[in-house]
Amino acid sequence: MLDNIQKQILSEVADLHSVPSGAYNIRANGKSEARNTTANIDIISKEDGSGIDIKIKPNTKNESVHIPVVLSQSGIKETVYNDFYIGEGSDVVIVAGCGIHNSGSEASQHDGIHRFFVGKGAKIKYVEKHYGEGSGEGKRILNPVTEIYMEEDSIAEMEMVQIKGVDSTKRETFAKLKEGAKLLVRERLMTHGKQSAISDYVVELDGEDASADVVSRSVAKDNSYQLFNSKIVGNTSCTGHTECDAIIMGDARVVAVPSLEANNIDASLIHEAAIGKIAGEQLTKLMTLGLSEQEAEEHIINGFLK
Amino acid sequence: MLELKNVSFKVNDDGKEKTIVDDVSLNIDDGKFIVITGPNGSGKSTLAKLIMGIEKPTSGKILFNGEDITDKSISERANLGISFAFQQPVRFKGIYVLDLMRIAAKKELTVSQACEYLSAVGLCAKEYINREISSSLSGGELKRIEIASVLARSTQLSVFDEPEAGIDLWSFQNLIGVFEKMQKNIKGTILIISHQERILGIADEIVLLADGKVKKHGTKDEILPEILKNTDKNLCSKFHEGGLN
Repeated sequence: MLDNIQKQILSEVADLHSVPSGAYNIRANGKSEARNTTANIDIISKEDGSGIDIKIKPNTKNESVHIPVVLSQSGIKETVYNDFYIGEGSDVVIVAGCGIHNSGSEASQHDGIHRFFVGKGAKIKYVEKHYGEGSGEGKRILNPVTEIYMEEDSIAEMEMVQIKGVDSTKRETFAKLKEGAKLLVRERLMTHGKQSAISDYVVELDGEDASADVVSRSVAKDNSYQLFNSKIVGNTSCTGHTECDAIIMGDARVVAVPSLEANNIDASLIHEAAIGKIAGEQLTKLMTLGLSEQEAEEHIINGFLK
Repeated sequence: MLELKNVSFKVNDDGKEKTIVDDVSLNIDDGKFIVITGPNGSGKSTLAKLIMGIEKPTSGKILFNGEDITDKSISERANLGISFAFQQPVRFKGIYVLDLMRIAAKKELTVSQACEYLSAVGLCAKEYINREISSSLSGGELKRIEIASVLARSTQLSVFDEPEAGIDLWSFQNLIGVFEKMQKNIKGTILIISHQERILGIADEIVLLADGKVKKHGTKDEILPEILKNTDKNLCSKFHEGGLN
């Protein structure tokens, strides 16, 4: 049974207030706490116990899979391998996420390695939220690795959010796209205190008319540090766009390194990066509507990360 | 209602003190439609910003309903009942038109309530309500949303800094209507910084500024013919540079 702290974390990372409908696997403090499979979606533990395989039958439509992870014991360090096999022509939503509540003095760390094999013509929406809380001195560390292998004409929409409480994160995302495949990544990140967050993206566009759009919006507060590395490689006639847009506050540091590699004359690739503080005129405008300076700042940040 | 007592605003311009607003005293009554006009560089916009608290006077006092607001912040003045429409409205990534209207109205406006304010400024509301206030909006659209945000506040005093700037002719016709309707509905005071003869033409009172000073303040019937007749040649040549048309 999940305790109240675990339930609270679940609501933060997966918007879950009760047991979800559809397929799910809830992992708490290193072991599987609850699981449900459906006629079309199977969840199987790997034989060596290192993670799970999620198998979605071809043409499964309008179904969802939730695989949240909760760490509420201080000192747990785990690496979990989850593989998703998404059958041809499916259209599914996958909600992952990890929340750490660390009240102790030892570091808690979850490294989730997710591999997606998206079948021909399949469509997935993947939502991943990371969240940390707890008053202990122990660090809350999340190092996710995401690999996406996309077959012809498949679509993957990835929403990665880390808004609060994670002390250290290194996120690595690698994608390989075949003909006509389309990848959309929306990353939203906020760091504060002495947190550090590193995001590395490498997207390889191998098939004709493949396209990728990788966009990160982030806010760096206090003494935090963010590094955004995003590389799009165009190996054929394809389109790619990557963008990093950051608000910097306090004594934070932000490094944005978008890069492009075109290995074919018909590869059309664009990158953009912008880092700046909140514009004074924006604060002034909201203050003329009656908000205090602090409220104005919150509205601007919340909107930016929405 | 609004009283300016010997208000001056000076800036340091390359080591030299420059006076932008020079010892201005003004009394603005409740429920009036006032236009502050004058040539470029006469200090009109700065005066508007001093009223909202965006700039603080170097000397002098500002009273609102008898209360000294000289040292009050922008937010405090806003909550006392002063609104301000910027000449060049700012854009926000991630803030939508409906969000802005709700912040302005200080309540959970329904979509149809927010649409009423947008329709009033000539925007087809349904198309705009879920638009981001970002570079996807044109200057004219942004300007009309700015005016709608002031309408939504319905305060005792609404200050508009050159509302006609960046607005096309069609919208301009409507703008006049917006102000007339606004005055009727809110029954507050509308204070407009403008060069436009047609806006001057609907004023109760006109304040003519030049070189940071109040040159004339009176009813429209007293002031407007004088401005148009070029009685003061020096003043009017400057005025025309400023774009009276």
